[in-house]
Amino acid sequence: MSNMVKLTINETAVEAPAGTLLIDAAKLAGIEIPAFCYYEGMSLQAACRMCLVEIEKAPKLMAACVVPVAEGMIVRTESPAVVKARKTTLEFLLTNHPLDCPVCDKGGECELQDMVFKYGAGESRFTEVKQHVPEKQWSPVVFYDGPRCILCYRCVRVCNEGMGVGALGIVNRGVAAEIAPSHGDHLECDECGSCIDICPVGALTSGAYRYKTRPWEMEHVGTICTHCSNGCKTTLGVRNNEIVRGNNRDRSGVNGEFLCVKGRYAFDFNHHPERLQTPLLRVNGKLEEVSWSRALQAVVEKFKAGGKAGVVGSTRIANEEAYLLQKFARTVLKTNNIDHHRSGDVVTLLDSLSGKTATLGTADDCYNAKAVLIVGADLSQQQPFLANQIRANHRHHKAGIYVATPGAVREDKIAKASARTADGNWLPAVESMAEKLKGEKELLVLFGDSVKGEGVRKLVAFGESLGIPVKYICLVDYANSRGAMDMGLLPDLGPGYHAVEGAPGLTLPQMMAATDLDLLWVVGANPLARHTLASSKAFVVVQDLFLTETAQRADVVLPAASAYEKNGTVTNVCGQVQRLKRGVETVGAKTDLNIIGLIARGMGVNLGKVDADAVFAEIQKTVRGYNVPLPVIVTGGAAQTMPVNGRVPSTVLPELIQSSRDTLFTTGTLTRYSKILNEVMEAPGGLYR
Amino acid sequence: MKLYNPPSPLETKVISKRFGVENSWRLDTYLATGGFEAFKKTMEMSPDQIIDEVKASSLRGRGGAGFPTGLKWSFVPKNVEGPTYIVVNGDESEPGTCKDRLLIEHDPYQMIEGILIAARAVGASKGWVYIRGEYRYLIDHLDSVLKEAYQRGYLGKNIAGTGFDFDLYSQTGAGAYECGEESALLESLEGKRGVPRIRPPFPAVSGAFQRPTVLNNVETFSSVPEIIKNGGKWYADLGTPKNGGTRMVCLAGHVNKPGVYEVPLGMNMMYFINEIGGGMWKGKKMKATIPGGSSCPILRADECDIPMDYDSMAKAGTMLGSGGMMVMDEDTDMVKIALRIMRFYKHESCGWCIPCREGTTWLQKMLARIVDGNGAMRDVDMVGDLAKSMLGRTFCPLGDAAAMPTISIVEKFRPEFEAYVARNPFANSELVQVG
Repeated sequence: MSNMVKLTINETAVEAPAGTLLIDAAKLAGIEIPAFCYYEGMSLQAACRMCLVEIEKAPKLMAACVVPVAEGMIVRTESPAVVKARKTTLEFLLTNHPLDCPVCDKGGECELQDMVFKYGAGESRFTEVKQHVPEKQWSPVVFYDGPRCILCYRCVRVCNEGMGVGALGIVNRGVAAEIAPSHGDHLECDECGSCIDICPVGALTSGAYRYKTRPWEMEHVGTICTHCSNGCKTTLGVRNNEIVRGNNRDRSGVNGEFLCVKGRYAFDFNHHPERLQTPLLRVNGKLEEVSWSRALQAVVEKFKAGGKAGVVGSTRIANEEAYLLQKFARTVLKTNNIDHHRSGDVVTLLDSLSGKTATLGTADDCYNAKAVLIVGADLSQQQPFLANQIRANHRHHKAGIYVATPGAVREDKIAKASARTADGNWLPAVESMAEKLKGEKELLVLFGDSVKGEGVRKLVAFGESLGIPVKYICLVDYANSRGAMDMGLLPDLGPGYHAVEGAPGLTLPQMMAATDLDLLWVVGANPLARHTLASSKAFVVVQDLFLTETAQRADVVLPAASAYEKNGTVTNVCGQVQRLKRGVETVGAKTDLNIIGLIARGMGVNLGKVDADAVFAEIQKTVRGYNVPLPVIVTGGAAQTMPVNGRVPSTVLPELIQSSRDTLFTTGTLTRYSKILNEVMEAPGGLYR
Repeated sequence: MKLYNPPSPLETKVISKRFGVENSWRLDTYLATGGFEAFKKTMEMSPDQIIDEVKASSLRGRGGAGFPTGLKWSFVPKNVEGPTYIVVNGDESEPGTCKDRLLIEHDPYQMIEGILIAARAVGASKGWVYIRGEYRYLIDHLDSVLKEAYQRGYLGKNIAGTGFDFDLYSQTGAGAYECGEESALLESLEGKRGVPRIRPPFPAVSGAFQRPTVLNNVETFSSVPEIIKNGGKWYADLGTPKNGGTRMVCLAGHVNKPGVYEVPLGMNMMYFINEIGGGMWKGKKMKATIPGGSSCPILRADECDIPMDYDSMAKAGTMLGSGGMMVMDEDTDMVKIALRIMRFYKHESCGWCIPCREGTTWLQKMLARIVDGNGAMRDVDMVGDLAKSMLGRTFCPLGDAAAMPTISIVEKFRPEFEAYVARNPFANSELVQVG
């Protein structure tokens, strides 16, 4: 490349693109320049003075985080002057920092500890009285211990620049300066906990995690969050078979280090006292606890008896479970009466884009697209990670953001143009931006559930009329909403969106309305929360974590494992296939895959080897787009973004597509059982819509 | 407006010549004494000619750093789209300095004319006078002057019939020393927390509200009209080479006639103290002098026989600074001086960067402990060592301002520190008494 700059760092020749900051150039060359306040992707502070280095001809030590590389620059990062400066900076930092590491949550993974270990002095010369202020609680999940704070301003920046919320600022000056909420003594924000996560020391601690364990006593399990459809990788900290923390400090997965309030805290439903641990069987009209074998026997008997069956799948179970469920329904129960709660019209989108390549967007596209159009969705509430990608795109790449939504959304603040839509009629709002959009180089369109059926075709036609490359993301609700469709939990379409053999089956509302239904099998869903079951004779089998409205009507309730208790894969809103990894062992519950296998065995049916890897191997062969090597899936790199070839023979009525309109603090059943989420919901976070 | 001290016949009155004139702050007085002649003259000059004239005067920034003013103005990009601004630094907060308030009190139009000339030179349309929060009365005074200037057509549209437009506003600080640093001043002016900015970009390129901005001290702007009127060379010849003109020196401390005096650059410091300042009080001997505000390294009495200009001061290891000269007699307790200075900087550190925030606090606590009689021998070395650890490593010059006087006081008056420590029976013990 012609715009490469040659410089020397520690007698090593280094090349870096012009404009690279010295601290990054050193990193490229494998040389660490320590820093607290410098944080990739955020505005520069030059406040901590840890990155001071010697640059030849400069009159004094320079902060490597604000100096761009220059041709012929000669830099020394380990000269005696630099080493001494670092040592004294750390010594200064420790003067008022309480040395309470043995009881500090951060102990063991504290950047200040690590720095002092590597660069600090062995002896403390400070003998004065330390500055002290009492600890403060700002929200159910955020605590601030001022004396531990080193004022790197990372939290202020991540909240303002990263989240677009700006709930934190600085008060007082000098040694009394401290971080403070913009609303006096409490936070009014997304409660995402990014400030806690990004804090290099133990100044900001989590109400969910504090004083629970030591970091080295946890097992760290990287899996996928089970709440919304964004598919954020979350690293669970597990101690004694209990999840005690969620974060993603290793920045693996599609989401980097981003997590929202649900990803970071709402794992606690997993250990809720109302979790079902024992199968339930209706005896004399009442649900009684029974053994697994007795409950399964009751299910097998009814399944063998046959009759008109209906199967409702889940938007949260793994791909393998959804695949096996529809296979069981279609080959054993011999019915196409299978459906799930649909929240986005992926089916019509795939059909409209039939034969075109590179038209389905990914989470990376949200960060890299030159322009983004949001139609009918409150991303910051429902798709927090995609919203974060778009904010970062605007911040780093100055992407043009266009918004057409019914109400005000956070993205309005960064939008080139925003228009309000009325009565679900989004087309005029979108068309009003046509001229501006034509001036962009490329476009990524994200649309919500108000765009469905013919609407999707109109939107794609609009996209084509712009004369620029356009990609689309059809927004859906839950962790595996997309996978449920890919796996064929649909009455008219099988795995990979192929037409089913025979006539299409009943849709979910049709099953509920059918008075002659003999059997209803609900796996991880709660249809009776919205519908009433018309058939009084139906034998209802429910697999779930909790005694939901549907489970209360059931004849057999089988306790199911959560996503954190199983292996498998899930597919996020953008079609990116990622791997679930078991973090905790179940006590009485079994995975849905296991339950389906046991029922099959009871019926004497051979569904092949029933384990996640074996079923996934079958999915790879049969479902288009899933034939990617396992290592790619493990790292979240796979993307089912190829539209099907030829038309999707859908008969589905678009009216059935309805988003749950979740907020940042809700995702259906699971979050009702999250203690922390219910606590923080009381905080008026709507302010930052 | 009263004068705080009688003028001395040995002064060279260039910018303070209206001090003491009846109603000197009124427009009519200013016009009757040659006011706005320079501004009208610049209407016949090109912007480059104005800047060249200021360069020729070798006027250097009077705020403390002494950066050549003409050069600074020449950094402002020409023919840019959008506005260019003027900001006047009246956040006079350096301890020992009290000249800008006199210039605004007694001769505000001289400053306004200087601003207008600068605006002509760089094509600015709008400006602010940023006055330190503690000068509450001065803001009211300046506001009444600005009101009169607008009413009489010397600000606003078509100034004095020249066709030139310029708006000038006053802006109050909130009592932070840090806001005297130019980039922190700009943050504060914009309504934000007064912390310094990363530079580059410098204000000349991106200053107030991200626009090119000329930012100078009150005294600097006040010096401009006489330079234009009498020519750069005339002004330069008042001082020594590269140190043009006169400057206001605020003489304080143990002298017979403390006050603010205007003297040409390069005047001998001892001559100034003895002849203009009336010599040491009560017949005492001089021990030390801080020549230019509390942030300057201190000079022992035997080091004071030097010319007062930027370069000679630098040669002596100190600075002309903001002109706040503090003279101390033989009875002065230098340890307490060090503590008082550090207490100020600890109080004023903005908290942005670690070495300044923590260093000033630590030093203040340690010096207080020494003064309280709880110091140890190793503390004396540590005071100097910690101050050196701050020097040149902080985000803005506030850390240097705290470190420089401390380092020099410990170096030059070490026996006094040792005498304090010696009163502590545990001074050489490994066990340090915490006060």
